[in-house]
Amino acid sequence: MVNLTIDGKEVAVKEGTTILKAARFAGIKIPTLCYHERLNPIGSCRMCIVEIEGLAHPMTACNTPVTEGIIVTTDSPRLQKMRMETLKLLLVKHPLDCPVCDKGGECTLQNLIHEFEIEGTIYQAEREDRESLYPTPLIHYWPDRCIMCLRCATACREIKGLGAIDIDGSGFNTSITAVNRDKCESCGECIQVCPTGALTENLGRYKGRPWMVNRVMTTCTYCGCGCQLEINVFNNRIVGITTKDDIGVNKGSLCVKGRFGYEFIESEERLTKPLIKKDGRFHEASWDEALGLVAEKLKGIKASHGADAIAGLSSARCTNEENYLMQKFMRAVIGTNNIDHCARL
Amino acid sequence: MAGLATAFGSGAMTNPIADVLKSEVILVTGSNITENHPIFANYVKEAVLKKGVRLIVVDPRKIDLVDYASIWLRPKPGTDVAWINGLLHVIIKENLHAAEYIKERTEGFEELQACVEKYNPEYVSEISGIPSSDLINAALTYGKAKPASIMYAMGITQHITGTDNVKSLANLAMLCGNVGLEGGGINPLRGQNNVQGACDLGALPNVFTGYQPVANDEVKQKFEKTWGVDSLQSTVGLTVTEMFNATEEGKVKAMYIMGENPLLSDPDVHHIEHCVKSLEFLVVQDIFLTETAEYADVVLPGVSFAEKDGTFTNSERRVQRVRRAIQPRGEAREDHWIICELSKRMGYHMDYGSPSEIMEEIRTVTPSYAGITYERIEKEGIPWPCPGEDHPGTPILHLERFARGKGLFSAIDYKKPAELPDKEYPFLLTTGRVLEHYHTGTMTRKGKALNMLYPELLAEINPEDAVGLGIESGDFVTVASRRGDIKVKTIISERPDRGVIFVPFHFKESPANILTINAIDPIAKIPEYKVCAVRVERQKDRTGD
Ligand code: SF4
Ligand code: SF4
Ligand code: SF4
Ligand code: SF4
Ligand code: FES
Repeated sequence: MVNLTIDGKEVAVKEGTTILKAARFAGIKIPTLCYHERLNPIGSCRMCIVEIEGLAHPMTACNTPVTEGIIVTTDSPRLQKMRMETLKLLLVKHPLDCPVCDKGGECTLQNLIHEFEIEGTIYQAEREDRESLYPTPLIHYWPDRCIMCLRCATACREIKGLGAIDIDGSGFNTSITAVNRDKCESCGECIQVCPTGALTENLGRYKGRPWMVNRVMTTCTYCGCGCQLEINVFNNRIVGITTKDDIGVNKGSLCVKGRFGYEFIESEERLTKPLIKKDGRFHEASWDEALGLVAEKLKGIKASHGADAIAGLSSARCTNEENYLMQKFMRAVIGTNNIDHCARL
Repeated sequence: MAGLATAFGSGAMTNPIADVLKSEVILVTGSNITENHPIFANYVKEAVLKKGVRLIVVDPRKIDLVDYASIWLRPKPGTDVAWINGLLHVIIKENLHAAEYIKERTEGFEELQACVEKYNPEYVSEISGIPSSDLINAALTYGKAKPASIMYAMGITQHITGTDNVKSLANLAMLCGNVGLEGGGINPLRGQNNVQGACDLGALPNVFTGYQPVANDEVKQKFEKTWGVDSLQSTVGLTVTEMFNATEEGKVKAMYIMGENPLLSDPDVHHIEHCVKSLEFLVVQDIFLTETAEYADVVLPGVSFAEKDGTFTNSERRVQRVRRAIQPRGEAREDHWIICELSKRMGYHMDYGSPSEIMEEIRTVTPSYAGITYERIEKEGIPWPCPGEDHPGTPILHLERFARGKGLFSAIDYKKPAELPDKEYPFLLTTGRVLEHYHTGTMTRKGKALNMLYPELLAEINPEDAVGLGIESGDFVTVASRRGDIKVKTIISERPDRGVIFVPFHFKESPANILTINAIDPIAKIPEYKVCAVRVERQKDRTGD
């Protein structure tokens, strides 16, 4: 164990722990922008600076390991001023588009600006429409909003093992760009970790503000991984999918199907009424008519040919409860064990 | 998953996926996990990149995961038993098997040993095309690792020898004492999201919920009592493939199909089409008018996962909540509502206030789900078996002993696939999925997002074969088997081996399953999707019209 003092509090942590983690462990909050729980420290934003007694310059807490006996200060007028400068520097090229930005309301940058009470317009850059070189058409990259924290590229490399994107250029023209376009799997991991509105889903914009949408935690409908995801609902419409970093086998990750494959739910081609075929063509019917007809036909066939003349296929896409009822229906109501599903396939 | 059930007494994933981070070696075979189980693939990549775990990939296709592998074996499709027996042979010869574990926890080792005697690396190389030095290398790597885990999917099961393939993998895992411990195990990855749940809940012709046999009197009586009926059948019913065959013979007159689209997903589509047409009455319940629904007499509109409450069980056996996010579209209704209403009209009352009440009933009749309540899984799912409300669930199976008592080795000989290439049909066809689409495409092909990325079917063909056929990427070819033919656009790719063409099966314009063969594994009844013989010819005008 290593002993240290943070803001007058004595803390003991395991060797190799960073100052940031030690502070969080002690219940002390240090502002951060680029640090992300699931990623190795990036150390790009300098919001997390702290003073260490005996050292002239502040150190970044997210990637500095603790050492025995150090005395750390996380809050001082000097640190506050430096952090403020860091933020202001970001805002020189960052337009405060908050009212029309998808991230407004849950943006780390916006929150920090609020916390540091930065007022007035600092934005100076000429807004030029730079062509986005992002590797997937499903994600829109807003170069002006990007604070170059590198969470996206780090996540793509560390979590996905792909490295499809990286930082490119210098000064005002720095941006995130595709370095390995073919590797991109359109998984949206980069959107999930981006602390700002620099990456947004490209399936539609202005679909609902974060504080207006209702987020319902559920299980993905596609594959057996069983990822946990939140369906974002606004006015009974699905406006997006989000995840929580600490929930489920996926811990915040999804694949392209889970994150972007929700449009089918609201497809115009969805069946909305029971259909009965007459003379080779389908006609809309009421539930009573349709169910009545099915019951009558099944009863008839059971009476004349026996229960085993009827077979049922249940579904690997339906819930457990529905599968249970389907086999119960075939066994208890029809009276046959002719029940299967396509899992073998 | 009959193979695993024979070997261990249970057919599910033995370990949670996160366990691969604790493995020394991971062997992945017949599973293109980066595309089919992308999040599980994240774990495998993390294990390799961050934990230094060594990865062995055995796959006829050069799948993306090969980039992360220390060893890649490329067997000819359909030769799985041979190469696995080859590994067993080398491991035993090198004395790397877990003698103590074998003695205490398994049976049938002597027969196995005798059987694999002849599978020396040279012999296996002849059958599988795997160089003997590579095979030995893989055997030593897997054999020396402790613990090592195995993952497989439909590339292993979709063969007429599917059950044999799985039993062979079980042999390998047990031989090295890798079942029943952290970081080890043998893990079948389930394709569709709730395959595990559908099996668990008794959507199978031979078992009730929790794999309780329909032929067992005690079990039968329990269900009769709970359901309030006199005489449930004790004879095993028909499997999906048998059902369709029975319609042709006139034995099955009516079918009720919920949420499946066999007309695109099942092998030999022409045959299925004929079967469906010969039915007297067909009810299809789905969210879209699928190819199968087109043939229905009555179509009942169900709802998507976003419009219903319930649970799914993932591949790790974890029972997790599904929650309603939006109201059903139009007059569409939850499948559970539809079944209850239909049941009522047939004179049997199913009354449930909500899906959680259905779960309450499931718990009372299903020992492995007995401790699972909606309350308990509100935040986090629980992996079965979970026999009581104070039981935490079981992430790792077979810890102290196998579900069947002793693990059973099976001595298995290699058998050739049902149909191999010949003069007339010189190519091997294999079918499968791509990342952007899902199963028969009924869901993934309806929105713009996924179609933007993968708009049309692309059949993969090896560069050397492309030269032979005189085609370039983007050209159209006709792929013909003894059962039918389809026209497809091609992409030249290193992924398939020479002589092999890969066709994804999500696309109704060119249904790959017109070509596939209706030969099934005699035990698991899984059709042989992965191997059949075809002829490939260039379309003259190159446009596909
Ligand atoms: S990224 Fe954040 S701070 Fe910038 S415009 Fe969007 S909401 Fe405002
Ligand atoms: S979508 Fe996924 S693969 Fe593509 S750049 Fe973002 S993180 Fe990387
Ligand atoms: S896109 Fe987002 S995550 Fe990536 S560098 Fe810019 S702000 Fe950071
Ligand atoms: S998000 Fe992707 S990996 Fe996760 S369950 Fe859905 S389909 Fe599977
Ligand atoms: S959080 Fe430490 S440098 Fe960004």
